[in-house]
Amino acid sequence: MREIFDSTVERLFSDLVTPDAVLASESGRWPTALWKAVEESGFTLALAPESSGGAGAGWSDVCGVLRLAGRFNLPLPLAEAILANWLLCRCGLAAVGGPISFAPRAELCVEGGRVSGRAFEVPWGRSVDAVVALLPGEAPQLVLLAREGAGLECGANIASEPRDVLIFDAVTPLAQAPLPAGLPGDVLKLGGAMLRSAQIAGALEGVLAMAITYAGERVQFGKPIGSFQAIQHQIAVLSEHAAASVLAAEAAFAESGETLARLPVAAARICSAEAAGVGAAVAHAVHGAIGFTHEHALHLSTRRLWSWRSEFGSLTDWSQQLGRAVCLGGAGSLWPAITDGRLAALEEPLQ
Amino acid sequence: MSIEQFKYSRIPPEAEALRSEVRAFLAETLQDYPAVRRADSWMGFDADFSRRLAAEGWVGMALPKRYGGGDASPFARYVVCEELLAAGAPVSAHWFADRQSGPQILRYGTEAQRARHLPAICRGEQFFCIGMSEPNSGSDLASIKARARREGDKWVVNGQKVWTTNAHRSHYMIALLRTGENSKRQEGLSQFIIDLSLPGITVRPIRDLTGSEHFNEVFFDELVLDANALIGTEGQGWSQVTAELAFERSGPERFLSSIALLHTLIDAVGKSPDALQATEIGRFAARLITLRNMSLAVTAQLAVGHNPAWEASVVKDLGAVFEQEIPELAQLLTDLPPTSQGGCDHAQVLAYLTQMAPSFSLRGGTREILRGIIARGLGLR
Repeated sequence: MREIFDSTVERLFSDLVTPDAVLASESGRWPTALWKAVEESGFTLALAPESSGGAGAGWSDVCGVLRLAGRFNLPLPLAEAILANWLLCRCGLAAVGGPISFAPRAELCVEGGRVSGRAFEVPWGRSVDAVVALLPGEAPQLVLLAREGAGLECGANIASEPRDVLIFDAVTPLAQAPLPAGLPGDVLKLGGAMLRSAQIAGALEGVLAMAITYAGERVQFGKPIGSFQAIQHQIAVLSEHAAASVLAAEAAFAESGETLARLPVAAARICSAEAAGVGAAVAHAVHGAIGFTHEHALHLSTRRLWSWRSEFGSLTDWSQQLGRAVCLGGAGSLWPAITDGRLAALEEPLQ
Repeated sequence: MSIEQFKYSRIPPEAEALRSEVRAFLAETLQDYPAVRRADSWMGFDADFSRRLAAEGWVGMALPKRYGGGDASPFARYVVCEELLAAGAPVSAHWFADRQSGPQILRYGTEAQRARHLPAICRGEQFFCIGMSEPNSGSDLASIKARARREGDKWVVNGQKVWTTNAHRSHYMIALLRTGENSKRQEGLSQFIIDLSLPGITVRPIRDLTGSEHFNEVFFDELVLDANALIGTEGQGWSQVTAELAFERSGPERFLSSIALLHTLIDAVGKSPDALQATEIGRFAARLITLRNMSLAVTAQLAVGHNPAWEASVVKDLGAVFEQEIPELAQLLTDLPPTSQGGCDHAQVLAYLTQMAPSFSLRGGTREILRGIIARGLGLR
């Protein structure tokens, strides 16, 4: 399944997700035709079971799709739709066909079956049909809320990708179900962190390719700048970090199934966030002044790297969670946790 | 040469099954082993320990059964190696034979060479060292001058090797020597298995900055070798060495050298870290997880017979940076000064690894050489 997914999506994005299309989206236009093409490809329902119109794929099948979404700067909530639909189906609800997103953080309350409150940092909140959020409590409830009729406070990340606040006033959820056992109350943040680790890995693959190409073409002192050792070594470091983030993301997706593998996700989140900073810096150093212009496409990737690394928990947030859990377990529990892929003290998110 | 070749690879269950056995053995054998000795790990030489490990079947385990090995998969060997390193076991005596000389003899050796060396390697009775660097040939390995000339059915060797780890306590060296004059420097090189007990060899330990003696100068003066000392094909030494380096550069020893210090640091910080301590320990734990996944991806490549030289260089370079940053991390997170006498375990381990750290990006190929290999793989040179 993986090979077909990757080749299909690469073809689709190569044809449609041009730098101009990305820029048009950054100026505020929802790319209707592009969304239609992506939705018709079926990938928004990739993880939904076949019985609800999905592809019945697993997380490792879509890691490549999300790396490509990152590499092409796809200006759509495809990653968000995949996670939202996976979670709906895990809760026994039907997947949703149109544009859908989720709220990693929300302050919602229920009264008489009606939901009120605010959902924060919703990717593409202004443009989607519906949003998945969690009602907190002893037994968290998943709710699907219609975008129509909700209040909106627009926000955006560095790359002008919408990150909005949606305000609900006594609305009846489109669907509601308790979160099944095995899924933690921060599943949306955890899942979001995993999605972004794959997108960052893809964006780093993209800037690495751009840096290699540019270093081979740009001539100074009579030869391509890529023939200078100083440039070679910087690009080598970029490739190391790109490789690290690819493998960290692949590990997180491969180890996730019915539940999300918290330790590998945390590792991927942390390594990709570090790699994003290093990678963007090297790519810009190699490209010189031309890479600093709006005309050059490099910033489409680097501004996303700078944004994605701090969404769904920053480097500091995830590092502290992991570090506290490691210290709580003591030195003796570190190595067994690494070989088991699981750290007991990390499983209960620490406040 | 691309990131695509880094494929996430789980350790197969039959290899994973070994882990608890190895852990139990180490828990018992290293019960009272001091922390500062654990910090020595794959530089720690203990012939008795190596023989005990061999008795368990864990030395040369990936070699074929007919030569005394265990026909174990590269992953099974990986599990044993990483457990040894994580525990800080003294594995240096057999390490080079297990990692590269054994596989090299299996791959390029004659039947007689295999019979002479492989069963003894697997019993922990033959220790090997690697003769590559020379006084004027460090990173520029192809410029080596030590030479073997043919005389009748013998080889006569003259020249010098340097930085040869364990030469003073190994039985054999696999040396890269010049055997011909060619316009291209990489041609005319050959590998030899040298019996270090022969006359004409002088080994002089070089004391390192910590005061330990790990590496040596080795002088060859009209050393006479039998024809069967040549391993592989005359003139093919360069490609043989290059293949060997992929084994040398991607293993868990390339990112676990400072694990003993990470362990003492975590315990020195205690169960209630402050924000900085938690952040930094979390970052390092994440990097360790990812480095291990990368190293396992290279193991998967080796397991199917590929030569992942590019990927191995990526692992070694990232791994060395990680190992070298751990003493710096300890300085950042605690105010315990390093001590070479007295002081707690952490202070002693910190002192030792602070001094060892510079070697991590020298041994097995310098940072600059590795980044050059990586750049070449990316098409930049």
